[in-house]
Amino acid sequence: MGFISRGFKGKRRDNVSSSRVPPGQHVVNDFPVLSAGPTPRVSVDQWTFSIVGEIDEPKRWTWQEFRALPAETVTKDIHCVTKWSKLDTSWTGVSVDNLLEGVETAADFVTVFSDGGYTTNLAIDDLTGNKAWVVYEYDGQPLHPEHGGPVRLLVPHLYFWKSAKWVRGLTLQNEEQPGFWESNGYHIRGDPWREQRYWGD
Amino acid sequence: MVDLIQETPRVASLVLDMPDWHGHDAGQHVDVRLTADDGYQAQRSYSIASAPEDSRLQITVERLEDGEVSPYLVGEVKVGDKVELRGPIGGYFVWKADTTTPLLLVAGGSGVVPLMAMLRHRSAAGSKVPTRLLYSSRTGDDIIYKEELDRVASSGDGVAVAYTLTRSQPSGWKGYARRIDSDMVREVAWPKQQSPIAFICGPTSFVESAAGLLVDLGYDPLRIKTERFGATGG
Repeated sequence: MGFISRGFKGKRRDNVSSSRVPPGQHVVNDFPVLSAGPTPRVSVDQWTFSIVGEIDEPKRWTWQEFRALPAETVTKDIHCVTKWSKLDTSWTGVSVDNLLEGVETAADFVTVFSDGGYTTNLAIDDLTGNKAWVVYEYDGQPLHPEHGGPVRLLVPHLYFWKSAKWVRGLTLQNEEQPGFWESNGYHIRGDPWREQRYWGD
Repeated sequence: MVDLIQETPRVASLVLDMPDWHGHDAGQHVDVRLTADDGYQAQRSYSIASAPEDSRLQITVERLEDGEVSPYLVGEVKVGDKVELRGPIGGYFVWKADTTTPLLLVAGGSGVVPLMAMLRHRSAAGSKVPTRLLYSSRTGDDIIYKEELDRVASSGDGVAVAYTLTRSQPSGWKGYARRIDSDMVREVAWPKQQSPIAFICGPTSFVESAAGLLVDLGYDPLRIKTERFGATGG
């Protein structure tokens, strides 16, 4: 492996600092969509966000309650395991730190669950410390359903499948349970800088 | 690479002799990595077109003019060149021939590639599962695997193929001539009562539309598997 591809020159993008693009990624300007099934039809009237599992008092917010939480707008680079990266994306929502404020838990892991049955697993350390948000706006506009609207998770330091679309809540857990893609050949953590794409990376 | 099949003016299949290949499932993809002589690398994913039973691995690639990898794979690479790839990858968008419920395949453009792997797997494994393919292309020249699909469809083996051409149609065209819509899906798709499983692959807007139409028909969303690609990368 690792031989020269005869005649391959490539398109180097000198205008992008390589320090911002993880190995094996390339920068795109559009916003590709990847989902395993149909886009769920989610009505905000029925929508809630819950924190359940290893928690003394489960938490739950309605759409109105959630929108009344302190919001912040963050600008982040995102990296999809299918090899595109998109720089300087702007999102508005609530930090996971804020949602977990006052929660007493011994859990080290979280299973994120979504409409449509999608799940993904994360260490709680990857969701806290100003690293993850539950967002409802992209680029100043309500998040489009194709991109996970009304609400998706944003965990920009990991491959983007961890940023679950159509998110409905977090299950706090003592043990790590592989989520949807993590059970289907993709890496349990998914750090793009260590190129943790697949099982065995 | 042991053979190159020009499928359409913009699409080619690369036939690869992979001595260490450990097999794959129909629907999976591989990552192709190219390395320039100064060490610069680019990677993209491509669907596998061959059946798990085939002796050689085949990937089918559409050339995107502003792409980085696909113009190399469709235009530069020659028989005898080495191609570095990794895989197979993906455990969800796969179909296995021991499945007994009716199969619905919906393809937009080069989204037909992983679905072709499923059809080839079905034939190679001797499956008789009732199967329908609805395949949307721009023009008659853009239909990938046309001869093979027509042959499979006329073999009496339980596969029906419906084409639609959205941009222009050759004279005497008997297929559909519009974008996929609810009437078309109603005519081609299995009724929901037969508990079909559906695989949809194509550009994002196509997949969104097709998946939504199947949900409208009453399909269980958990039995609609999708794979999408943007007009990006390549």
